[in-house]
Amino acid sequence: MNIEQLSLHANSVRENIIKMLYSAGSGHSAGPLGMADIFVALYFKLLKIDPSQPRWSERDRVILSNGHICPVWYATLAEKGYFDKKELLNLRKIGSFLQGHPKRNLTYGIENSSGPLGQGFSQAVGVALAGKIDKKDYYTYCLSSDGEHNEGQVWEAIMFSAKEKLSKLIVIIDRNYIQIDGFTENVMPMDEMLDKYQAFNWHVQEIDGHNFMEIIEAVENAKAVFDRPSCIIARTIPGKGVSFMENDFNWHGKPPNKEEEMKSLHDLRTLKGRIKSEHQ
Amino acid sequence: MSISNQKMGLCRQGFGEGLKEVAQKNDQIVGLCCDLTISTKMDIFKSAFPDRFIEVGVAEQNMIGIASGLAMEGKVPFCASYAVFAPGRCWDQIRVSVAYQNLNVKIIGAHAGLSVGPDGATHQALEDIASLRAIPNLTIIVPCDYYETKKATIKMAEYSGPVYLRIPREETPIITAENDIFEIGKANIIYQSKIENKIVIIGAGPILFEALEAGKALEKSHSLGVTIINSHTIKPLDEKTILEHIEGKKLVVVCEEHQKTGGLFSAVSELLSQRKPSKILPIGVDDSFGESGKPEELMVKYRLTKTQIYRKIISNI
Repeated sequence: MNIEQLSLHANSVRENIIKMLYSAGSGHSAGPLGMADIFVALYFKLLKIDPSQPRWSERDRVILSNGHICPVWYATLAEKGYFDKKELLNLRKIGSFLQGHPKRNLTYGIENSSGPLGQGFSQAVGVALAGKIDKKDYYTYCLSSDGEHNEGQVWEAIMFSAKEKLSKLIVIIDRNYIQIDGFTENVMPMDEMLDKYQAFNWHVQEIDGHNFMEIIEAVENAKAVFDRPSCIIARTIPGKGVSFMENDFNWHGKPPNKEEEMKSLHDLRTLKGRIKSEHQ
Repeated sequence: MSISNQKMGLCRQGFGEGLKEVAQKNDQIVGLCCDLTISTKMDIFKSAFPDRFIEVGVAEQNMIGIASGLAMEGKVPFCASYAVFAPGRCWDQIRVSVAYQNLNVKIIGAHAGLSVGPDGATHQALEDIASLRAIPNLTIIVPCDYYETKKATIKMAEYSGPVYLRIPREETPIITAENDIFEIGKANIIYQSKIENKIVIIGAGPILFEALEAGKALEKSHSLGVTIINSHTIKPLDEKTILEHIEGKKLVVVCEEHQKTGGLFSAVSELLSQRKPSKILPIGVDDSFGESGKPEELMVKYRLTKTQIYRKIISNI
């Protein structure tokens, strides 16, 4: 899979995020759009997985800790073929397996339940620890965010992972500088994240979370570390791809209305107006 | 607790020995602890299986989260701490990471109840059952002595699903026999007067010894027949046994070393209010925190001894 193909999948995922959020009438827009490139890089390039065998014991595990960005997880799983894309429009609707915050359902590739921040991080540590105890080869990828690092539980998990030298645990942090109440540096400063992780004896890298080459290289680097857990701080633009959502914390926790949906899709299909004709 | 020839034992010893025994048969069992390995008796497991023991440090939220991750991969994690810390400090993790995912995680809340004594109110868990009972999928067991704790530990390892086991710190009277049958969700009748039974006492935990003594005294002094039910599983409550044995009784008494709110008294009241409206007398802590003191002093002050149970029943019959 080359970069161009990854970009096309990421754009498709972003369009689906917009459609499903509009259909749901509630949910989070900024985070999912910001993390689309990382999810696509994982599922279409990096993970050892087989959508036709979602319970395969040797699969790499993906644990989403900041559960509220689940639209990007669902859209990516559907893009990869874990379930029909039509299901995406049932997000947050009664009877759907696409709950507002993830509910563990291995049949569809949803590895864990999360939402209350900090919990998925510890779950991922447990999954990675089980792999270490059983001498398995799988990697555990934990998706987290800068805002989530306000929670004390995250730091408990960080300390423990270093103590146990969980080298097959790779945490990817969405460093998008926003959370519900505003910019992270105003709510709870997190700008020394790299130093913090280093002080806790992790292997740390900081990358552009929209650059596929950097994402892939960082994960390959992380896999080459054998004595420590790895953290990849991915700088992302919240709302990436939709001009009026980018970098605006007001889009953390709300969906687009009809007009905004149309404008968002237009933005995504024309690369924010840089090309004239919309691809479909 | 004051009778000199009464055989005594530690519930936590029963936990430690039970865990070691069942872990010999099931190599998926792992033990997690938050810096309380010796006092919870997790050390018995740790000595036998050092490679299967995980020291998490003083971090209960993380312990429960890690346990859920281990359980996702087929492990059977036993997490031990004091009840004031687990569930006390990790209720949300138990709710979402464990119970919502319905994972096979076992939580041991040691040093529960007033009888932890001198450490005082901060360390006396009197709300743990109330806090957990409203969480779906979760089984809650309160064993009454050493033997029952050992059996409960083995049974909860064999049972698939999340379980909370509540045990005290102090030695408590042995009131069950080694060969008594223990089944999760199945209450045991531990005493029935030979004369017509007018009173039924439902209890869980070591306070059942006090209830037994009070019941026998009532039988002797007032010719009041008593049935005593050991409702060791508080959730799911053994509704059938309870309904069967309150038939024809004048008074239902519920004994627990816990707040009257949200524990066994509440569970029994919820059942009987719908199925068999009855007069129910609670013996428990009355909406207050505990304090420092010797366990036996505290049991008197908070009116949980056999004499006080006896008097309370007399004045309500």
